Formats: sequence, C-alpha cells, structure tokens
Amino acid sequence: MVAVKPHNFRQWGLIGLAAVFLLVMLVLPLILVASEALAKGWQVYLDALNEPFARKALFLTLEATVAAVLGNTVFGLASAWLLTKYDFRGKAFWSSLLDLPFAISPVVAGLLFVILFGRMSPIYPFLRAEHIAIIFAVPGIILATVFVTFPFITRELVPIMEAQGRSEEEAAATMGASGWTIFRRVTLPNIKWALIYGVILCTARALGEFGAVSVVSGHIRGKTNTLPLHIEILYNEYNFTAAFAVASILVILAVVILILRNLVEWRAKRGLRNGN
Amino acid sequence: MAIEVELKHIHKNFGTFKASDDVNLTVEKGKLIGLLGPSGSGKTTILRMIAGLEHPDSGDIFIAGKRVNDLPAGRRGIGFVFQNYALFRHMTVRENIAFGLKVQKVPPKEIKARVDKLVELIGLAEFDGRYPQQLSGGQRQRVAFARALAPEPELLLLDEPFAAIDAKVRKELRQWLRATIHQLGITSIFVTHDQDEAVEVADDIIITNHGHVEQAGPPAAIYQHPETPFVADFIGESVHVPDYTVFKGFSNGAGSHEGILRPEFLEIAADEEEILMPLAAEQGTVKAVYFRGSNVQVAVEVKGQLLHGWRSLEKKPLHEGDKALVLIHRVYSFAGGKTQIIENSAKQEESVVI
Repeated sequence: MVAVKPHNFRQWGLIGLAAVFLLVMLVLPLILVASEALAKGWQVYLDALNEPFARKALFLTLEATVAAVLGNTVFGLASAWLLTKYDFRGKAFWSSLLDLPFAISPVVAGLLFVILFGRMSPIYPFLRAEHIAIIFAVPGIILATVFVTFPFITRELVPIMEAQGRSEEEAAATMGASGWTIFRRVTLPNIKWALIYGVILCTARALGEFGAVSVVSGHIRGKTNTLPLHIEILYNEYNFTAAFAVASILVILAVVILILRNLVEWRAKRGLRNGN
Repeated sequence: MAIEVELKHIHKNFGTFKASDDVNLTVEKGKLIGLLGPSGSGKTTILRMIAGLEHPDSGDIFIAGKRVNDLPAGRRGIGFVFQNYALFRHMTVRENIAFGLKVQKVPPKEIKARVDKLVELIGLAEFDGRYPQQLSGGQRQRVAFARALAPEPELLLLDEPFAAIDAKVRKELRQWLRATIHQLGITSIFVTHDQDEAVEVADDIIITNHGHVEQAGPPAAIYQHPETPFVADFIGESVHVPDYTVFKGFSNGAGSHEGILRPEFLEIAADEEEILMPLAAEQGTVKAVYFRGSNVQVAVEVKGQLLHGWRSLEKKPLHEGDKALVLIHRVYSFAGGKTQIIENSAKQEESVVI
C-alpha cells in the first residue's frame, strides 16, 4: 500500500470528521472515566476498589469469564472441526444456528434462561429437590456469559480451517495417525493463532457482558453481582466516584486485551511470513 | 504376475451423482498405472476409495489379496500424494517426511537414517530444514512423494501429481518420478486428465468415463486399438465425422457410417507434387493454420466437414483460404458397437494401376 498525503480541502475535511468522531466517541469517555474515578483522590479510588463487594464482583466476573472462555474454546474447536472437516445433513442450519447469540438481544437470552431454569420451568421442582440453584446464582451467570460469547471462537476458526481444507488431515490419516494425533499435531498448530485471537475476543466480550447476566443474576451484592452490574448499582446510588473507579478496572482490562490482540496479530503475521 | 489391487463391482454415489458405476479393475504388482479420464469421470474417487479416504456404497476392494473395505486408511499399507501436496505447513521438510514414521513409533535412530536416505533420493538434502512455503512447486511435490514413501507402503497412490507444476518442471519431474518408481519397484497408481502424461509415464493406462472403466492396457494398445468410441475420441486429437462414406476410398462402409479421424490419419498437401497418391486424395480448403512449435496444425474443410491434420514446418506454408489436397489414410468406425479400422480403398486401387 502506498501512503498518500491528503492534499485538498475535502480530504482534510473527511479526516477531521473522523478524528472528531473518534475523540468524542472513544477518547473523551476514556479520559472521563479516569478523571471521574480519581476526582476525589487516590485514596478514595483505592478504597472503592478495595471494598469487599467490589472485590467479590471482580472475582465473579473473572470466574464467569474463565468458565465461558474454557467452555467456548472446547465447544468452538469441536464445532469448527465438525463444520469444516465433515459433511452432514443440516450443516447449513447448524452453521446459522451458531450465529443466534449474535442476532438475539442479550436480554432476551437472559429471559430464555429464566424460563428454562426458573420457577416457571417444568424442571424447576427437580432442581429444587436436588438443591441446584441456577437462576439468581452463579451457574446462571456462567450460562448467560457462555451463551453470548458462544460464536466468537467458532467464527474465527471456520474461515481459516475452510481455507486450509482437509487434505493435511487426510495425509496424516493415510500414514496411520489417530484422530487425536491428527488434531494435536496437524490441525491445532495450523489454527493456533486464529484460536488465540478468538479466545481474546471471547474474553473481552465475556468481561463486559451486562444484558443477559443482568436478567439472570438477581443483583445480590457479594453473591451474584458481576463488575458491570456492580457499576450500575453504584451509579444508581449516586456513588459516582466509586462507580467510575470500578469502571476503570474494566477499562484497564480492555486495554490489556487490545494490546494482547495486537501482539497476537503481529506475531501471527510474522509466523505466516516465516512459513510457520 | 501377482495382482496387487483389485476392484470388484464398485458403486459410489454422491447424492444423485454416480461417481463410480460398476468399476472393475486389476493392477499388477510392480506396475505404474495411469488412471486417465476427463474431469468428473470418477478417477479421483477410485483412487480415494483404494486409499480408504472414501468408502464405496457397494463392491469390494482388495489390496495384496486382502479385502480392505473395512480397514481405515492408515492400515492399508498405502502412501498417498495429494494434488496440492498437503504438506504439513508448520513442519520442516524433515519433519514432514518423518511424520508417518513417528506415528508408527519407529525408533528415532531408524527415522533419522530413513529420512536422510529419502531427502537424498529427492535431492533436497540441503533444504531439509525449510518449511513448505519456502519451496518451489516441484520441490514440494518431491517432498510429498518422499513423505508418502517414508513408511514403506506396498502401494503408492498419486492424485494429479503434476497438475500444479509449470510446464518445464513438469516434464523433468515426470521422467524423474517414472525412473524413481521403477527403481523402487513399488506398485503405483496415478490419476491424470492429461493423456500425454499418462502415455509418457504409465506402464498401463486405465481409461475412465462416467464412473466406469472404458478400457485398460498398455498405452500403445489403447492408442492403436480403441475399444469404444469414447476412447477413440478421447485419446489423440480426434474429429468425429457423421458419415465417412462421403470421402474417396471409403464409399462401401456398412451399417452406421459414423467415424473418427485422427490428425495422423491425414496427409495434407499444398499441391499434387507433394503427395504420393493424388488420385486418392480429396480437394479441400484451408480454414485455419495453428503454429504448434515443432509443426503446424491445419484445419481443412473437405466436403463440408472440418478435419485436422499436422504439417511439417519444412513444407510450403499454407494459408487460410488456400486449396489443399487431403489424403485420408484410415478411419475408425464403430458400426455394431465394434471398433474397426477402415483403410482407404482408393489408395490400394491406385497402387494397382501404377
């Protein structure tokens, strides 16, 4: 690509418009979060973060994220493998079903889980008898997070696995490799970077999930409050400094993920050049 | 000679498409076989079924006398070279070749010795630390060949092995592959849609069309005695004529008069001096002349029928619209479902007169 310098009014105008848009939509909010969080000084900021409910919310968010990422990694690998290495009836249907979480509103997804596992559910008596709490409890939050982040890894993997075809796996099979060996020694190294990229996207989405989790959580402080829910509660209580302080954690996590994402992209490109 | 591969009454459908429609074939041990046919004729499906990468709907596959229908690909004792090579992109040349041996838990010392021998065989000893992307097409092809050979298979299967290589390298590689396979003595089957390649490389050719075998045999036999209209048409650059009895010397054909003419059956002359038997020749008009490097191909219209023939560059050049004399030596006829070679009778008459 050749870098062309803008030279007329129209081009400068368009660039200016984009810059203003970026400033208003992305940069200013970030600055605002930081300044609001530190408005009453470092001590208040640290206290807000150290508060037990905030810490608990952070741990719950991390717990749900780790569970969602682990679950979706396994599931994403399996479904991408299925979609690209095998032909079967209903493949197109399966493929479009995977995108359902992208299309459906997270709130609706949350409601689905409430209907499925809540008091109105036909299996509720059974759950109750077995003392299994799903709605208004941690399992519900994890389920909701898994649901909304469901397609990320599969969608990253399918195009690259489709482009790579099946012949490397077939070659390994003709040499007597087992399914597991083929996956571990042939498929996995080929999709490594796409997989990591998918995991990062999935993590970013899981950390910030609000809608679906909000419906199933029940907002019990110290028990079923994730970070985004905790921020909402603080904000509704007019505790702005604490709300922004906690929000800054999510911002920092987001920035770390962005850096990781760029590192992975850069590394994957370099790997491609070295024929790796 | 011992039979290495045998297919009996193989049927295979992909949806409504009949990829194999009662395929029967045998391959003798130690032979290099070319599976030749137009695209969509089912040749790759046959190869993949022998390998165990596809499964027939019905019929039996035997390798070395053993029915292998239910054996997975990895236990059939075959090596497979894929059309796009399918080298493991994240492994070096050495690692690619060693893969099959590692999977079979061969001791590392033996692996090293065998890989050393193979990189030597394919002439890539200096490049054994490179990744597939750093190799040329011809080099990748040779790595794929070595990788397939490493576990010492009974049978080597190659799917369009030269399709993705440029013309010059392809010629060299054909010779190399033929020589190497004969030197190793391994039974091999390769798929191709290119008849020159099949004729040049294979000991025997099996011609497929619409999912079944049309004819099998040595290249020369197939060339000279095509058993079906399809083979006569497919092999060589043939021209169909709806009625060959319109031509001089072929007036007394019986039954169906449909025939096939090959360029080498024709002699195209600029004038009477150039031709031995001018009386047996037809008058024609040159319609097009194509330069083909070592000779020219001439399209000439005779009695409303466009025929193709070769002409030496040493002879007087012909141009579009020129009059020409065309001597038709022989015609393939398929009256009654049997192949017949019909010779020009006017030729014989003329020689009697002189």
